[in-house]
Amino acid sequence: MTDTIEKVSIIISKGSLEGIYPGLIMANGARAEGIEANLFFTFFGLDAIHKARNEHIKLATVGNPGLHFATMAGGLPGVSTVMTHYMNHKMEKLDIPSIPEFIEMIADTGAGLYACKASVDLFGLEKNDFIEQVQDIITVGEFYEKAAGGEIIFT
Amino acid sequence: MSTSTIANIDVELNNEGFFVDPDQWTVDMVSELALREGIEELTDAHWQVIRFMRSEYLAKGTGPTVRVLGKTSGVSIKELYQLFPKGPAKVAAKIAGIPKPRGCI
Repeated sequence: MTDTIEKVSIIISKGSLEGIYPGLIMANGARAEGIEANLFFTFFGLDAIHKARNEHIKLATVGNPGLHFATMAGGLPGVSTVMTHYMNHKMEKLDIPSIPEFIEMIADTGAGLYACKASVDLFGLEKNDFIEQVQDIITVGEFYEKAAGGEIIFT
Repeated sequence: MSTSTIANIDVELNNEGFFVDPDQWTVDMVSELALREGIEELTDAHWQVIRFMRSEYLAKGTGPTVRVLGKTSGVSIKELYQLFPKGPAKVAAKIAGIPKPRGCI
């Protein structure tokens, strides 16, 4: 083995179930391989670390062709809730942790969790709105400092 | 694949350093295998994880992932990473002489 990845910085920018999980799986997987990992939450991705919201992350049932579901049907009241429930149930069967549990686990692996300052300001949030595992609210410049020497993955 | 001598016995390791044949492993090899992974002193907690990996593999045919280890080995995820900073499931599997655990979570 000559080429190895030593460090990854993963950006989570979306607030849907399918927008959040991939970044979490990649961060957790990186740590399992002994790779240093940092997670950065920006824009609607902040919901993943928002105390009041991260237990209520929903699957996007509108504008999601991968679901093979009529967009109009996806927009009906309650459909997103039902589909999210179904997806969560399937994941639970596979022992995939819920988003709050997964994030806590990733923090326990030693990965860094950070919130994007521009988005925090935009949404009028503060450090107190986030789960305790969030280490800091940082600027894009500070992000690049932390990401230096590693791979950057945007999701 | 390559042949290595561990505790005076020749064993086959794959490119990543995992045992090709878990039956070649003996408990006498543990401290030398750990040293190869940068662990100089094995604590009781290390042993607990290594023994657990081995017994899970023998019982189920596959080693547990970090998540499963955290839930079932009696050692928390946080502590697992303190014991094996380079990846608990991966490193403990190498030391326990079993194949690399497969699983995305």
